[in-house]
Amino acid sequence: MKRSLVLAAALATLVAPFGAVAHKAWLRPSQTVLAGNDPWITVDAAVSNDLFYFNHVPIRLDNLVITAPDGSQVQPQNPATGKYRSVFDVQLSQQGTYRLAVVNSGLFASWEEDGKPKRWRGSAATFATEVPKDATNLRVSQSVGRNETFVTNGSPNTTALEPRGEGIELVPVTHPNDLFEGETATFKVLVDGRPAAGLEFEIVRGETRYRNAQDEIRASTDANGELKVTWPSAGMYWLEAGTEDDRTSVPQASSRRLSYVATLEVLPQ
Amino acid sequence: MRAKLLFAVTGLLTLPAYATELEISVEIPKLNVAEYHRPYVAVWIEGSDSKAVADLALWYQMKETAEGHGTKWLPDLRQWWRKSGRNLDLPVDGVTGPTRPVGRHTIKVDAATPSLKKLPAGQYTLVVEAAREVGGRELLKIPFSWPARAAQSGKAQGSSELGAVSLAIRP
Repeated sequence: MKRSLVLAAALATLVAPFGAVAHKAWLRPSQTVLAGNDPWITVDAAVSNDLFYFNHVPIRLDNLVITAPDGSQVQPQNPATGKYRSVFDVQLSQQGTYRLAVVNSGLFASWEEDGKPKRWRGSAATFATEVPKDATNLRVSQSVGRNETFVTNGSPNTTALEPRGEGIELVPVTHPNDLFEGETATFKVLVDGRPAAGLEFEIVRGETRYRNAQDEIRASTDANGELKVTWPSAGMYWLEAGTEDDRTSVPQASSRRLSYVATLEVLPQ
Repeated sequence: MRAKLLFAVTGLLTLPAYATELEISVEIPKLNVAEYHRPYVAVWIEGSDSKAVADLALWYQMKETAEGHGTKWLPDLRQWWRKSGRNLDLPVDGVTGPTRPVGRHTIKVDAATPSLKKLPAGQYTLVVEAAREVGGRELLKIPFSWPARAAQSGKAQGSSELGAVSLAIRP
């Protein structure tokens, strides 16, 4: 009994890779608006309770995808994972906007074999071979999570921001590196490439340690899937949205959990 | 009667704007700081829609250093960068130049300059933005109307990174 509780706890952390319960996962770039021939940035990736402080676990960089302004993929430099955070550098050799994203797609299953609970984690491809077809009490769930940020060298462009068509995505109406205090930004929010209405976002400005309340902003997308945010002050902002649907990759999965996080820098006027 | 009226109207339309001269004075203040660096300064004109229509001056570190040109720090001129700088191919003849020392500096622009020649009539703003390494940033605005049928002048006073800034338009 005790062992299954431990397993359940372990699975809980796996199933909710972004610590949906209490934690915030984020990528924080050292700068988002740059100039020069070959500027570099460095990025922190962590899961924590507070923004933007390291006090819990790092985000693993296995599923980090960096899309360059021309749409190609580039590799991070000097990646490292420590106790509380991962860090990596990005060399911005192109002019335009880079999209830095950690995308986690997971399929999770649990069933009983000889009276003992079994857990499995994998992909739609390995599901067929690794999960017994006649498993007892089979429960399958799926999750698609995107955690991203944007950085621009020189003049912004949108090639890297083109939607991939899976999960929740933010598409610019206002470019994410063109955000200023007091101005209203508009983003189009898509789920699987289609505008999502009524999706609620929680938006929190960093430096939570130096104030008494989260001061979170709650905003939902309108009927056209557009999200409008007026930035109360300059700073680094964390945005999160989540939803559930049944558009799963395998028929045995009854539900799919989608999550989205973006870190956006808002500059003063 | 009709012929006279036509002439009068045509006369107005062909009023030469190219003789107009703009004189901008920018004061870089003396500051008592341990580590002083000459500020980066951008001077430009924006329309009533707040979009930049002409760049008049950009003073920045143009020399090669270990970090490349001082272009790395241009985004510190936050408003100029987003309205104009990030779309420019630097350096720009007649606009860019090295950083200036403490004192008053004059920029003279005549309306024959390509960016001003075709400027439609309306209300405009002269904007001066300065950012200093390990220092602050200041932005000043002086409104004016175009074309200048009569002499115009305007002043703005900075309190930190800029001193007195003035604009004089002579038609």
